[in-house]
Amino acid sequence: MAVKLPVNLARVLYVDLTRKRSWVEDRRDLIEEYLGGVGLAVALAREEGVERADPLGPENGIVFAVGPFNGAYPMGSKTVAVFRSPLTGNLGESYAGGRSSLAIKFAGYQAIVIRGASESPVYVAVHEDEVKFRDASALWGMSSSETVGRVIREREPNPGFRTIMRIGLAGERLVRFACVVTETYRHFGRLGLGAVFGAKRLKALVVSGRRSLEVPDRRGYREVYDELYELSTKSNLMRKYHDLGTPMNVLPLNEIGALPTKNLKSGRFEQAEGISGEHMAENYLIRRAACSGCPVACIHLAGIREPYPHEKYFYKTTVVSYDYEPTYSLGSMLGVGDAKRLLRLIHEVERVGLDAMSTGVALAWATEALERGLVREGDTIVKLRWGDAEAYRRAISLLVEQPNDFYSALAQGVERASQIYGGSEFAMAFGGNEMPGYHTGPAAHIGFLIGGRHSHLDNAGYSYDQKRAELPDPEQVVDDLMAEEAWRMVLNSLVVCLFARGIYRPEMVSKALDPLGIRRSVEDLRELGWRIYRERMRLKVDAGFDPSRLRIPDRIFETPSPHGLISPDYVQRALEHYHQRLKDICTP
Amino acid sequence: MVRRVAVVDSDLCVGCGSCMLACNRRFAEVGYGKTAIHIRSAGGVERGFVVIVCRACKNPPCAKVCPEDALLPRDGGGVRLIPNKCIGCGYCVEACPFGAILWDEEVDKPVICTYCGYCVEYCPYGVIEMREVS
Repeated sequence: MAVKLPVNLARVLYVDLTRKRSWVEDRRDLIEEYLGGVGLAVALAREEGVERADPLGPENGIVFAVGPFNGAYPMGSKTVAVFRSPLTGNLGESYAGGRSSLAIKFAGYQAIVIRGASESPVYVAVHEDEVKFRDASALWGMSSSETVGRVIREREPNPGFRTIMRIGLAGERLVRFACVVTETYRHFGRLGLGAVFGAKRLKALVVSGRRSLEVPDRRGYREVYDELYELSTKSNLMRKYHDLGTPMNVLPLNEIGALPTKNLKSGRFEQAEGISGEHMAENYLIRRAACSGCPVACIHLAGIREPYPHEKYFYKTTVVSYDYEPTYSLGSMLGVGDAKRLLRLIHEVERVGLDAMSTGVALAWATEALERGLVREGDTIVKLRWGDAEAYRRAISLLVEQPNDFYSALAQGVERASQIYGGSEFAMAFGGNEMPGYHTGPAAHIGFLIGGRHSHLDNAGYSYDQKRAELPDPEQVVDDLMAEEAWRMVLNSLVVCLFARGIYRPEMVSKALDPLGIRRSVEDLRELGWRIYRERMRLKVDAGFDPSRLRIPDRIFETPSPHGLISPDYVQRALEHYHQRLKDICTP
Repeated sequence: MVRRVAVVDSDLCVGCGSCMLACNRRFAEVGYGKTAIHIRSAGGVERGFVVIVCRACKNPPCAKVCPEDALLPRDGGGVRLIPNKCIGCGYCVEACPFGAILWDEEVDKPVICTYCGYCVEYCPYGVIEMREVS
């Protein structure tokens, strides 16, 4: 019989891949201080010494953490992973949904720490208190991450109550922006967690659990749940993300000239219509899916029906998940305006387990470098041309295979590749991380530069740009974005989906924590956000992050944004202010 | 006439699991340990989802195999669990052809649907409804 656990879990599972051992520790000390999620993960990563680790060495640790709202409230559906990034060389932080967070929580853990490296390929299966190290030699080298998922699915118990996180060939071959795929269509996408798995020879992590956790204030809990359920299903947020999903952004962003196109030579794509959320839904959408615990169901699955070349009237249907980000990075950024071709590219990226954003941006840079003669066709092997999806599909395979110096360089990201081959003025990475799909104005780019993981979701500069006709002084922009990022540290400690940020306002978070036995005032929470922000940035700085060395690709100043041409002085002033503030914050 | 939870159309299901969490919340707890309804993918998310819940059989096989008469057939269809009679043998789980009986590890007894319909209130997409047993 299982032991009854409280909803406010303090258990952390440690898995040592070198010694093939696992154990559980009670980390009430950290849970009480940081709630869970990113706050907890940063503290655990600090203990693991990730700031001193070689990202691909056995000493790099991976921390997966969930928080108090996972499983407890609607849209509490995310898991955070913290590690040292092989892409940027500093702190890695990535989020995914799928079944991951509820599986970890109901297995009875608030966090899972992975240490060491296995000598030969393994996958780890955690079924509540049971932890198994299983030989994955036969799974190593399989061409599709989807097949790997299927094999494990049939071999492991507890369907519906489990997560199957796995890597593809890209992770095995240490492409620095390889992702970890979970439940086929969700990803720990950014900053190269897949390569860290690959270096540890960890093919997959399966976690399942079906526990029922005790809540201190039972009545209060049900009341708050009902209020939040009502808000998440009746609000227009639900409609927005459910109907067209994130690709609803394609046309509006194109309209205002903020859709990065052909390596951001333009903010408008003449074929945007063909890859719009509307066109996709009308012609390809076959199913919607949700992360566990989230009624919104923003995951949109497209079906592409294709004939077999050698047999008449024989077809196969491939199911591909599409979102705004891959639509931008593998669509407009590469000049691919045909939905079916775009879906094939997304599928290829999914199969090999690459981050879609980094892949698209890397190929966009390569295309322009070839155009300008910085690299030759002998380097790229295939002739990369805007809109030539078949060439890009082959290039994705080459990126994984790395048959020559060029692809080996590109597999380290555009930052590194442009250091070797030139063209850094159009290498669209910020802090070493390839850019997301927003050229909305200066705040978006300032946001990418100063964000802890150089991601649009750190501080939503893209939204800041779009909500204002005129922007204030750059110093003010930085202050506002940092404040937003600090608050998001709280949301990321709970760990709620950031699409729910409009529902989880500070008052609501405080109220919803209460029945779970966690008393935090709005002021406490805001203060906690800043504390986690500080701890996380300190860890990033200790891992080698130096804001004075942030590179700004000239291209962002050449292509007009909805706020007009972005002034280099404005962005520079923002960075100087940020640098000063970061110093103040990180100095004890 | 008695009622049961019926699946309207499993293709409407997005796999959010709100019904499972609701069923567990009958006990004001957070989790899946006490849920009587089960959602899983039909062999990968791309194939959609399967909704598994007690059909309230008129001649329930689970009751037939119970050695302690802990599962009482309900007039009109379905069963009721008498927990203190149950010895946790698990025969009922094996007997149900739908796999609709999950196990409560905490008390080591089956979770038997009470046909209360609480899960239905939390399905955002109309996948399930309360229906009279025909």
